[in-house]
Amino acid sequence: MGSTLVEKLWSRHRVADLGDGTDLLYVDRVLLHERTGSIALKELAETGRAVRHPGRAFVCMDHIVDTRPGRGDDTVMPGGTAFIRETRAGAAAAGIHVFDIGQDDQGIVHVVSPEQGIALPGLTVVCPDSHTCTQGGLGALAWGIGSSEAAHALATQTLVVRRPRQMRVRFEGALGAGVGPKDMILHLIATHGADGGAGHAVEFSGPAVSALSIEGRMTLCNMAVEFAAWTGLCAPDAKTLAWIDGRPRAPKGADWAAAVADWAELRSDDDAVFDREIVINCADIAPYVTWGTSPQHAVPIDSRVPALEEARDATAATAWRRALAYMDLTPGQSLAGLPIDGAFIGSCTNSRLSDLRAAAEVLRGRKVAPGVRAICVPGSMRVKAAAEAEGLHTVFLDAGFEWRESGCSMCFFAGGEHFGQSQRVVTTTNRNFENRQGPGTRSHLASPTTVAASAIAGRLADARVQALLPPAAKA
Amino acid sequence: MEKFIRLTGVAAPLYRPNIDTDAIIPSREMKRVSKEGLGEGLFADWRYSDVAARVPNPDFILNRPPFEKAPILIGGANFGCGSSREHAVWALKDYGVRCVIAPSFGAIFQGNCVRNGILPLVLPEERVAALANAADPRPVTVDLEALSLTMPSGEVLTFAIPPADRQMLLEGLDPIGVTLKRLPAILTFEAEHLRRHSWI
Ligand code: SF4
Repeated sequence: MGSTLVEKLWSRHRVADLGDGTDLLYVDRVLLHERTGSIALKELAETGRAVRHPGRAFVCMDHIVDTRPGRGDDTVMPGGTAFIRETRAGAAAAGIHVFDIGQDDQGIVHVVSPEQGIALPGLTVVCPDSHTCTQGGLGALAWGIGSSEAAHALATQTLVVRRPRQMRVRFEGALGAGVGPKDMILHLIATHGADGGAGHAVEFSGPAVSALSIEGRMTLCNMAVEFAAWTGLCAPDAKTLAWIDGRPRAPKGADWAAAVADWAELRSDDDAVFDREIVINCADIAPYVTWGTSPQHAVPIDSRVPALEEARDATAATAWRRALAYMDLTPGQSLAGLPIDGAFIGSCTNSRLSDLRAAAEVLRGRKVAPGVRAICVPGSMRVKAAAEAEGLHTVFLDAGFEWRESGCSMCFFAGGEHFGQSQRVVTTTNRNFENRQGPGTRSHLASPTTVAASAIAGRLADARVQALLPPAAKA
Repeated sequence: MEKFIRLTGVAAPLYRPNIDTDAIIPSREMKRVSKEGLGEGLFADWRYSDVAARVPNPDFILNRPPFEKAPILIGGANFGCGSSREHAVWALKDYGVRCVIAPSFGAIFQGNCVRNGILPLVLPEERVAALANAADPRPVTVDLEALSLTMPSGEVLTFAIPPADRQMLLEGLDPIGVTLKRLPAILTFEAEHLRRHSWI
C-alpha cells in the first residue's frame, strides 16, 4: 500500500512514536509575529531556556503594525507599540532575524515566508497563527499552533502532534471565467461545513489545482483552517520549483539540485489510501460571497440568503437567525445589489501580486462608487514594490482606493483601525466572525475580483455581469 | 502547570456552534504581552452591553446567577475554532473556567486547553444539547481519574480523552521539560535529517 503526501512528510519528521496516535515531530522552521510570538519568547526567557536554532526561526512584524504611509512603531491599537518593541527586543536577545517595519522585506508572515524561500516543499513549518496552512501551497507541512507550543518548538525543535486522518479534495474540470481559488475554498466550506475537515490533513489535488498558480494554491490552503482541517497542502510540481528558484533564502547550487531531486518524491502514491475523499466539479463553482458570520454561510453571488428551513437542524437554524440579525439581512434577500460601505483587499488570503492584478483588471479606468471606503493593503512590501513596478498602484489610486504599506491591517480588529459600527464591508479576508473586522462590522467574504467589482458598483456585484458595472473610461 | 484531577461546580450553558476564539477573547482585549488579567475581557462582546464602560449585559449567561462563577462551560460543536490565540484559554482560566464540555473543539484550542490545565471534555452532540437545555443550576462533578461526569441527578456519564492529555492534566506536567528528556533522540534524528536534507 502506498503513502499519501502527508504520511511521507510525517515519517520524514518523526523523531519518536509517543504511543496513542501521537508522535514527536521534528520542526524545520518556527515563525513568529508580534501578536502571539512575543509571549513565547518571553516565556522562554523567563524559564531560562534557549532557542535551539535561532537561524531557523524568523519574526514578522505584521499583526498590529500601522499600514498608513509614513508609519513607525506607533500604532492606533492601544498598547500596540509595546508588543512591537518587546518582540523586537526578545528576538534580538535570542538572535532571531526580524522582518521589521521600514524594511523592504516586511509583510504578513504567510506571504513573507514563501516569498523569501523560508518555507519550502517538504519542510515542517509552524507559527502561532492559525493561517500557517497557507504555506502548504508550496508542499510544506505547515500548521498553526499556540504560543506555548511555539515556546516548545523554539526550545526543542520538536512538537508533540496527533496523527491526523487523511483527506483528499479533488477539484475536477476547469474553473469558469471570473471564478478563482477563493471561490473554490468557499464552495468547499459552504457545501461540507466549517467543521467538515476536522481532524484531517487535506491534500488539494486534481486538474484545477494543477492549473492554479502557486499563489492561487496558497489562497486555497489558507482557508483549510476555516474548514477545521489540521492543515491543507498541495503537492509541489514544476510550477512550484520555478516559483521558488532564486528566492533569497531558497537553496542554491548543489543544494538546489539535491533539493529538486528530493522534492520529486513529494506526491501521494497512486495506491495511497485516504480516510475521506471529496470530489468537486469546478463547473459547479460560481463566484461566492458570504451572507452570515461563519465562512460556511457562503452562497453563489447570484443567489439569495437561504431560508431558515434550509438549515440542517435546529441548532444551525438558531445560529442562522443570530447571523442574519447581526448582518441585518432577511432570508430570501438577493445578495447581488446589497449596498456596501467598505471594500477591503488584503490579508494572507488574497494580497499577493496575482490577487492585486485580478482586482486591477476590474478597476482599470473605473471609479469606486461614491460613499464607499476602499482600501488595498499588499501582503508584503515586496508585493507592493512589484505591483508598483507594473503600475498597478496607479490603477488602485485612480479608482479611489487607499494604497497602504503592508500588514494584517483591517483583516482583524485589535482596538485600532476599523470600518466602523454596522458598516457593511466586502472583503478578501478569511473570517466573517462577529466583530472580527471591528465592533458591529458586517463582513462579506469574497474574491479580489468580486471585491473590486462591488467597490465600483457600490453594492455586492457579480463581476461576470458587465451590466452591473459602469463602463471603463477610455484610456 | 496546574493539575486537573477532580472538579465540582455549576456548568453554564453557552450552546452555540462555532464559538470562535475572537468571541472568547476579542483582539482588542489582548492589551499586554502577558497571560494575566485576561478574564475581564472574556466574551467581552457578549458579556457587556457597553464594552468600554464594562456594563454587564443581563441576558448573557455568565451574568445570570448561579452561573456567574461557573467553572464549567457547556459549548456547541467546533468550540474554540478560529484564531490560534492562546489568550482564549488564558482568559477562560483567569475567569475561573477549568472545564469546557462540547461535542467537538477547534484543534489548536483543544491543545492549548490541555497545556494550561483546562479539561476539554467531549460528549456526543445529543448529550451536550440535553445538558445545555436543562441549564441545571446544581453542581456537577468531573473526575478525570475515573473519566466520569456525575450529574445533579446522580446519573454518571463516562467520557474519553487521549491518555497523553489525561496524564498531562492529572500530573500538571511541564511539556518542554518532558520533551527535553528525549534530547539525545532528538539530536540523533537531527544529525541524520540535516545530512539528508542539507538545504534545511
Ligand atoms: S492577514 Fe489576517 S488572517 Fe492573515 S495572519 Fe494577518 S490577521 Fe491572521
